[in-house]
Amino acid sequence: MIAAIALVIGVLLGIVFRPTVPLWLEPYLPIAVVAALDAVFGGVRARLDGIFVAKVFVVSFVSNVLVAALIVFMGDKLGVGGQLSTAVVVVLGIRIFGNAAAIRRHLFRA
Amino acid sequence: MADQPTPEHTGAGGPPAPRRTRNRGATALIGTLLAMLGFALAVQFRSNSQTDALAGAREADLVRILDDQNSRIDRLQGQISDLQAAKQRLSDSGSNNVAARQEAQRQADALAVLTGSAPAHGPGIRVNIIDPQHALAAEQLLDVVEELRGAGAEVIQFGPVRIGTSSAFTDTGSGVSLDRTELRPPYEVLAIGDPRTLSTALNIQGGVVNTVHAAGGEIDIAEQSTISITVTRPIPTPSYATPAGK
Repeated sequence: MIAAIALVIGVLLGIVFRPTVPLWLEPYLPIAVVAALDAVFGGVRARLDGIFVAKVFVVSFVSNVLVAALIVFMGDKLGVGGQLSTAVVVVLGIRIFGNAAAIRRHLFRA
Repeated sequence: MADQPTPEHTGAGGPPAPRRTRNRGATALIGTLLAMLGFALAVQFRSNSQTDALAGAREADLVRILDDQNSRIDRLQGQISDLQAAKQRLSDSGSNNVAARQEAQRQADALAVLTGSAPAHGPGIRVNIIDPQHALAAEQLLDVVEELRGAGAEVIQFGPVRIGTSSAFTDTGSGVSLDRTELRPPYEVLAIGDPRTLSTALNIQGGVVNTVHAAGGEIDIAEQSTISITVTRPIPTPSYATPAGK
């Protein structure tokens, strides 16, 4: 509940303050957001499974974001940034889908 | 399911009191993280929808996009030149048609005036020939027409008859007929051409004026800025000759 409220507050802050993304952050922010979403879906699933642990969530959230950003950074340095970002998005997308399916099974028993 | 113990859950568990404080701290941390996520989401949505998408693109992507755009430009420019050529072609043929039609109309007008199939008006002279003794024969009347033609008369009306290419004066027993129309003096002749030249041609020494006077007649020449000739001739239809090259 608190988490959902915090999410809404964050969105509202982003809408109200209308900050511009710094140039150096621009390639990483979308990937980081997707990685964070993956962590959030995983957290929700764990909550529904009854195995939610705050420490695990926080660590997985932060590490997901950092690893995603690191992969993109490495890809950029290696000259395969575009492909690697795609790969990261695909993998995270699959994970999000899997978690979403598990959540759906919990919520709708289907 | 919530009662099912899991290794992670038990591992995270501890004494009740510290766990509660840790839980509170963890909740705050999670809240902060999710607030950051929401913030980043909103920012990213906005920057993606508002700012130029190319600003955040990578060099390789930019190069590919540029290549795409360049080939697209080439393709479109090819289309442009094709279409412009087609337009040029069409407008050329259009103006050619107009020019050809205008030229044909011009020729038709000129020929209609010359063959006498159309009314005509313009500067010219009006000649009245009074011949009380009927002394003027077809030859003298033909001289009038010849003289006018020689002076550049473009359209001539003799009495009630328009002079055409096939006009002929004929002596009949009682007088003169022109194209099977009986002529009766006084004769009125209308001619379109340069009035000065026409009247000079008639007044020439030993010319028409002298001839008429010698025949005991009177002749009166009036130069007019507008002569209107409304009598027409039927368009001659050649029975044997066809234009060459058609």
